Amino acid sequence: MYIPTIGLEVHCELKTNTKNFSSAANAYSEIPNRNIATVDLGLPGILPVINENGVKQSLKMAFAMHCEIPEFMTFERKNYFYPDLPKGYQITQFDQPVGVNGYLMINVNGEDKKVLIHDTHLEEDTASLDHYGNYSLIDYNRAGVPLLETVTEPCMHSVEEAIAFLESLRSVFLYCGASEARTDRGQMRCDVNVSLSDSENILGTKVEIKNVNSFNNVKDAIITEIKRQTEILEAGGSIAQETRRYDENNMCTYSMRSKEDAIDYKYFKEPNIPPIKIEREWLEEIKKEIPALQYERITTYMEEYGLSRYDATILVKEKEMAEYFEETLKEGADPKSACNWITSVILGHMNKYEIPITKLFLTPKMLVELMELVSSGKISSKQAKEVLLKSLEEEKSPATLVEELGIEQIGTDDEILVIVKEVFGEHPEVKEQYKSGRTNIVDFLVGQVMKKTRGQANPATTRKLVQEEIVKGE
Amino acid sequence: MRYMDKSIDEIRKALDAQTVTSDTLFQESVSLAKQYQPASNAFVTILEEKKEQNTSTILSGIPYALKDNISTKGILTTSSSNILKNYVPVYNATVYEKLERAGAVLMGKTVLDELAMGGTGTTGHTGIVKNPWDDTRQIGGSSAGSAAAVALGIVPFAIGSDTGDSIRKPAAFGGIVGFKPTYGRVSRYGLFAFASSLDHVGCFARNVKDIAYVTDIIKGKDPHDMTSLPDDNKKYTDTLDHDIKGRKLFYIKEAFENYENSDNLEYKETISKFLETVEKVRELGFVVEEVSFPKELLNAVYPTYMAISCAEATSNNANLTGIPFGVRGEGNSINEIMMDARTKGFSELIKRRFVLGSYILQKENQEKLFKNAQRVRRMIVDKMNALFKKYDGLLMPASGGIAPHFGEKDDQLSDRYLILENHLVIANFGGFPSITLPSGFVNEMPIAINLTGRQFEDDVVLNMAYKIETITGCKNQIAKGGK
Repeated sequence: MYIPTIGLEVHCELKTNTKNFSSAANAYSEIPNRNIATVDLGLPGILPVINENGVKQSLKMAFAMHCEIPEFMTFERKNYFYPDLPKGYQITQFDQPVGVNGYLMINVNGEDKKVLIHDTHLEEDTASLDHYGNYSLIDYNRAGVPLLETVTEPCMHSVEEAIAFLESLRSVFLYCGASEARTDRGQMRCDVNVSLSDSENILGTKVEIKNVNSFNNVKDAIITEIKRQTEILEAGGSIAQETRRYDENNMCTYSMRSKEDAIDYKYFKEPNIPPIKIEREWLEEIKKEIPALQYERITTYMEEYGLSRYDATILVKEKEMAEYFEETLKEGADPKSACNWITSVILGHMNKYEIPITKLFLTPKMLVELMELVSSGKISSKQAKEVLLKSLEEEKSPATLVEELGIEQIGTDDEILVIVKEVFGEHPEVKEQYKSGRTNIVDFLVGQVMKKTRGQANPATTRKLVQEEIVKGE
Repeated sequence: MRYMDKSIDEIRKALDAQTVTSDTLFQESVSLAKQYQPASNAFVTILEEKKEQNTSTILSGIPYALKDNISTKGILTTSSSNILKNYVPVYNATVYEKLERAGAVLMGKTVLDELAMGGTGTTGHTGIVKNPWDDTRQIGGSSAGSAAAVALGIVPFAIGSDTGDSIRKPAAFGGIVGFKPTYGRVSRYGLFAFASSLDHVGCFARNVKDIAYVTDIIKGKDPHDMTSLPDDNKKYTDTLDHDIKGRKLFYIKEAFENYENSDNLEYKETISKFLETVEKVRELGFVVEEVSFPKELLNAVYPTYMAISCAEATSNNANLTGIPFGVRGEGNSINEIMMDARTKGFSELIKRRFVLGSYILQKENQEKLFKNAQRVRRMIVDKMNALFKKYDGLLMPASGGIAPHFGEKDDQLSDRYLILENHLVIANFGGFPSITLPSGFVNEMPIAINLTGRQFEDDVVLNMAYKIETITGCKNQIAKGGK
């Protein structure tokens, strides 16, 4: 068995109003060449003007990934010819990127692990090419869209770790509001480096797989590549350092170019963008905008609220859900029972109707009120579930529904006792029957009480009172 | 009555007095351009229709020419290269926009050395530009057509670009004034990039005041250009006449050491006339001193310039693939198509510079060639800034001689070539404001002086030049060919 080592380079489109260096809209469009400016076409004489919000979003991300942030940020040109690159170079960062030496925490099979981040840098996306029989078309909508490329150290050793990292990174983008990170729109794309070695301390020959565009494909590409390399090594061969492409239809990787053919990108400083000073006060402001992240929240939920990792993970999957949950706690809810309500009934409803939690009629406050009705014994949890579902579907507050449906439980012991005595009065024979061993007569009596109250009596209280009454002597 | 050979003040006066209309001026300019075109070949495009915004600035209604590497919406802009011979821009350069808003009237686009690379005026795709003083000689480049048009009296002013000396050298050979302001003073947005860290937009005219008028209009912060400077809120025409008494200038001793012993008579005469001018400048109240400048730095100016400019040019012109715009190539693959477009679209000289630039930027060469060139650039600029602590400006002969004949070759390794024909580049290295003024004649051909000042002090340079202009006897001169 060989030990695989995996490194990832993840490109993610940032959410900004305009492109990274032009005033064209940064928006998804099915119609080609809708969102373009002269700058995006690389027309002679154009100059880049940096999008401040893109810088801000990337700084936020760098922070969230615990990176060191330079005093001055610089941009470089990466030079190569390809029709999807209208200027003949991509503006990216090389010398002083937005962040270096960071990390993100992941958890695989219950074990925490730090994934080291070499750097994260701000750059621009290319145009997209659509290939037809004997011609291709260029769509410049994507050209110049701000991209944040995050490069990990080669420090992951399994597919699970790689995928956990991608999920973790995706959640940071979403939590920070820096990207929609939708793989179906190609907003998040990966280059995957895989090497095999027989010892943990020695890295094998690295193979890079370019442009893998979904987490599933990353997973398959890594598995495929590990298998390919294992077979070569086991047959006594050696791995060639090269760049490969993953073919998702045939589930295999094929060679694009060898190390010898590696492109020299001739990086040099972009002369049209002076070094950008990152003011420390601005940084502090940006820092404040970063919410508690997934990993942090999971830890809190487990350690402070006693939730299971499973439940905590469900709650933090989306920031809005975690916020919803935390809001219920602020309203005084018991964490475990709030978690139960959210992960069972509410999540079920959301999935069924495909509505995001932000669009729910039921506010955290309403949920807590409903929970209180249960805990104070006013309604049963079964009733509460019905009310909750009705509330979600009919968009009425639980309080209103409880009233409308007349299901509020007869709460106090005294109120129930009156009914219990009524029932005993109507069935004078029961005490004798009980004494003679028909203990299940209690169920009958509880049933009678419930019938009389149309189910509004608290069943537990009723049972308790019936038990007390039946053994009472005359 | 001819107006295009007059100063802006004179033309303005005639327009304001309604002795002439802007329509007539445009017609005059266009017909002069057509008349001189066979002999000088200054224009790529001569406009047929006049477009003027209704304004009342000093430039309202006055015709001018733009170098054909400045983006003009709807008007062919070729950069004098075959690869762009049919390129019609969809947007306006800031400098054009500003002139248009000031009411100046564009009458034509002028020939340059292909893609602004080269200093001879002989490499444009529409043919060579001839010197209007002697059509067997070069006008110099790369802003060849703009210089010729002003020297011929076709327009009172023209816009050029200057990466090494592309305004100031042809101005010298054409006997007119050429000014390159501080880097960033005029927006580069819409100027087809040659070497972005060295590129400047500037202008030609026949006197310093006209240069100031034009610069006042075209300068200013531009949101499209991150390297453009904040507005200095100055009007350069207001301070032209300021007292210069006590202003200190220097010239570089090593630039023409032992010139007396040279057997090149033109060179000898050029230098001795320069030293005569220096005397007259002193009489005006300037202090002019001879200063020693490290010779190894001076000799490094040209190679440093070539390394940086070729490297940046290679990248800047990588957009010329014939794919999104320009002349499309042929081939069976996308690489073949791009390669064909670039093979056919560029002249040999351009290709050589791209190869050089590419070599300089290669990973294994970058440290030695590109980064070292940048270090030398920094050393030269530091040395200049140190001198500028004591001096207000550097006064030099713009060239060591007169405009060369076509085909004439300089010994590119001689001190004279390396220093005297290349020192103007120092102003591009440091972004210093720099102006060339005609200062006399050698063999009936114009010679010139150059004055370079501190970064950001465009007003001071123009003020000093305005004073020096009074003793040259070359103010408002028109070339022989334009009379």
